Amino acid sequence: MQQQDRIFKWVCLGCALLIGVLVPGIFLQLGLDSAEAWQKFGIGFLWSAEWDPAQEVYGAWASVAGTLYTTALALLLAVPLSFVAALFVVESPGWLARPLSYCVDLLAAIPSVIYGMWGLFVLVPLMQEYVQPFLGETLGLMSLPGGEWLLGEHYNGFGFLTAGIILALMILPYMSAIMRDVFRMTPPMLRESAYGLGCTRWETTRDVVLRYGIRGLLGGIFIGLGRALGETMAVLFVIGNLIESPEGLFSGGTTIAATLACNFAESDGLQRSSLFALGLVLMLLCFGIQVAAQYYLHLTGARRGEAR
Amino acid sequence: MKNNIKISARNLNFYYGENQALFDNNLDIPTNRITAVIGPSGCGKSTHLRVYNRIFELHRNQRATGEVLLDGVNILGPGVDLLDLRRRVGMIFQKPTPFPMSIFDNVAYPLRLHYKLNRSEIADRVEQALRGACIWDEVKDKLRESGLALSGGQQQRLCIARAIAAEPEVLLMDEPTSAIDPVATLKIEELVLELKQRFTIVIVTHNMQQASRISDYTAFFYKGHIVEVGETARIFTAPSCKKTEEYITGRFG
Repeated sequence: MQQQDRIFKWVCLGCALLIGVLVPGIFLQLGLDSAEAWQKFGIGFLWSAEWDPAQEVYGAWASVAGTLYTTALALLLAVPLSFVAALFVVESPGWLARPLSYCVDLLAAIPSVIYGMWGLFVLVPLMQEYVQPFLGETLGLMSLPGGEWLLGEHYNGFGFLTAGIILALMILPYMSAIMRDVFRMTPPMLRESAYGLGCTRWETTRDVVLRYGIRGLLGGIFIGLGRALGETMAVLFVIGNLIESPEGLFSGGTTIAATLACNFAESDGLQRSSLFALGLVLMLLCFGIQVAAQYYLHLTGARRGEAR
Repeated sequence: MKNNIKISARNLNFYYGENQALFDNNLDIPTNRITAVIGPSGCGKSTHLRVYNRIFELHRNQRATGEVLLDGVNILGPGVDLLDLRRRVGMIFQKPTPFPMSIFDNVAYPLRLHYKLNRSEIADRVEQALRGACIWDEVKDKLRESGLALSGGQQQRLCIARAIAAEPEVLLMDEPTSAIDPVATLKIEELVLELKQRFTIVIVTHNMQQASRISDYTAFFYKGHIVEVGETARIFTAPSCKKTEEYITGRFG
């Protein structure tokens, strides 16, 4: 028996260590392979928008800005949508809630390449034909001062807004599932005591359920955020793949993941090293956001009324 | 006598889906008195109480028929303003339910919900409510701290403060001390006795000593029927029904 326990202990320890070694290992490898690029361009690599293989000049900014732009758009669209969807599912009767939550969950089962194809063949024409002209002309955003800066010049269906919409659809099921669980976790008695004070449904949700589950809700949002940052395939189809800084919602561009996927195969030397440097930036971005999020939650714990 | 009745249940029936849980309940709750509702588990005590502020309506398949008159107006009728009803009829639950916010905000919450008050008025009324719930001295130096950091008994008194802050007329207490230690329970009982000056109180309890210690009137429920109602002293010394006697002497339940 003791022998067994000892073996089990070592197996567990081994697995735990493996995880502990993998993450630093990946960082190390990205660091080593990108050393050449960092040496050549220095820290300025981060905010140089130039990417010119002919001149052997590489900079991360176009890809980084594109990643942040699409991710921000995706969250902007997906957070309220998944919040409302989760809320509706939790508050509606079983015969309606069950099929609805299956549908939302099924969205998560669609491979990202399918999202990409759907984006290219369905969403892009729709955007070009209806959405972009609607935003630009019917709402008159284009003629506003700064309109061109906000939207970009062409209605060609591709670009950041289209990528943001696809990303929003992709992260929606994850966020919505987590939010649903968070809403269900609220003790019924706590809800009742809010209703008992004369709260409406919305007031109860806003002031009690949301506060009670804020940690979980933010956790759900960060899972969506992490996915949106790293998503490659679907974005690749609709973003336009121009290594240029973002210019407007309708303009083409790239993201870190898309740049990597497009260029890795035929790269070598300094370009390959620069791509590794981009990869490192993406990893650090994801890591940094997670750490910042955890720290923020920790800092504001007391104000939200969490016991320490 | 008529004027002294705050709440009056008339032929109240209650259904969980197909199952009937209350049968023709008739009960008068006198103003500024404590009425205890006792009976074995599952006899419908809490169910009866939960009709008085219509909190049961949050759940599907729950339905009440009959009348519950609050100051002579049927609250089960159409056109009742639920939010106003729940301001007038406050509720305390089996477990403390402080909201995940500071002690101050917990008590200020119903004030902000129902009244338009400025900052200093809110601060005054929060203090009054906390004093009213006999918890002011324990929390006055940590109003900004979380309500969840208090002990169980303190949390329950905080919830009472929150309930009385909105100036209700009736307080419904659904086994308010069932999750609380004996010393804290005594404190809450003293508090309830004090609150009787200002509010009409209905308290559901499993604890018969508690009922006899604090209540003026007692209603004994059994299987959804109200078996006997009367002055507490009489119910506990000379019950007129066999069932009541068996229950209070501990022969079942």
